[in-house]
Amino acid sequence: MSATPNNPLALVAELTHRCPLHCVYCSNPLELQSRGNELSTEEWSRVFQEAAAAGVLQADFTGGEPLARPDIVELVRNARSAGLYVSLITSGLPLDEIKLDLLVDAGLDHFQLSFQGAREATASDISGTKSHQQKLRVLQWVKRYRIGLTLNFVIHRRNIHELEDMLAIVDDSGAGCVEFASVQYYGWAFANRENLLPTREQLDRCVDLLGRAEERLRGKTRVVFVVPDYYAKYPKPCVGGWGRKLMLIQPNGDALPCHAAQIIPGLTFENVKNRNLRDIWDHSEAFQKFRGEGWMQETCKSCDRRSQDFGGCRCQALLLAGDATATDPVCSLAPQRPKVDAILTHINVARSGGAGSASPAVDTLTKPAWLYRPNPA
Amino acid sequence: MGENNNQRVLLMPERALRLNGPSLEIVSRCDGNHTVVQIVAELQKLYAKAEPHKVEQDILGYLQLLHNQRALDFEPGAP
Repeated sequence: MSATPNNPLALVAELTHRCPLHCVYCSNPLELQSRGNELSTEEWSRVFQEAAAAGVLQADFTGGEPLARPDIVELVRNARSAGLYVSLITSGLPLDEIKLDLLVDAGLDHFQLSFQGAREATASDISGTKSHQQKLRVLQWVKRYRIGLTLNFVIHRRNIHELEDMLAIVDDSGAGCVEFASVQYYGWAFANRENLLPTREQLDRCVDLLGRAEERLRGKTRVVFVVPDYYAKYPKPCVGGWGRKLMLIQPNGDALPCHAAQIIPGLTFENVKNRNLRDIWDHSEAFQKFRGEGWMQETCKSCDRRSQDFGGCRCQALLLAGDATATDPVCSLAPQRPKVDAILTHINVARSGGAGSASPAVDTLTKPAWLYRPNPA
Repeated sequence: MGENNNQRVLLMPERALRLNGPSLEIVSRCDGNHTVVQIVAELQKLYAKAEPHKVEQDILGYLQLLHNQRALDFEPGAP
């Protein structure tokens, strides 16, 4: 039996999978959708109406790069007039001052700019594109407007030593919020994990530094740190619980309960072209599959934390335990936790320069053999 | 502000705050026209049965919380 669903609250609109960046930890699925399959302006606009009617409050425009859509201004306007709070989650790359002015004028509420590092060389290595200087320019433009601004630094082993420089960018930006979001290991990041997972020593230093930054920036910029799941004691409440808060729409209109749900075998996804969004939310097999507690295995079923973390992440359970119904293996109570510990041991032993060594724990000189995310046709 | 099932909410990046009773009265006055002093005075009238000093403290505390959440900015008033 599945539980009676709440309203969906957030709509993640993957407007396109096209992107000028090729980040080695991209959250898009390994199988990217081509331009020819993307929903039209009218179809997206109908989705915004249906979402608002279903109780959704916020629309997060993402991609790929949402600015790759030539109709992006119209989509912002239509989502806004449907009554949604609109966030643009962007690399800032295909943007100029005129386009930004049009977006704000169309009602954009919140601008989230992603950074791959604090230094150009690092950012270029991670994204496979020269983009850092443009991001700094965009930051200067956005400062002129009274819209929400979040900076998002994606953190991992090869840029975590640049935190002080990242904070200098934050200081200068006037952003209301900065997220230091550790890479989580699905999709592209899972394939590149060996070169991305930080050491415990790096992480401890990061926690300490960001704790002090949080104090210093209170009332000015909210500092949010997302720890890598592998180092956590308990799993995160992934997407706020399956089918509980969030619906993700892919470029072609497929409705997913989370970014990576497609990797779970046997799940089929409904498409907003064929079925009303609310109906998909309430009744589709994919959204009901891990909703509530009926699917849980024993570790979760009898655990007091099940109403806080909802069993963690289903995709992580599949990737690490080979079973999407398992307790998220990052949980310290999970039977499969030793697998995560083995990965951490490997990273920490292999990367430390030996006990008592004064040399840096991480080799940042050798260029890893990255698997870059390509641009779809 | 937005609305979900007749529940008024304050929307901000990736979060939403439910507004009820006093919180709704406060936030709906954070419109760029009211000063903090005016908000306090109006709510002291509205909640006349409550102790005025307590009302003031609650409002200042709530505004500070919203400020730390970066949900509002204070602007210097006219001299």
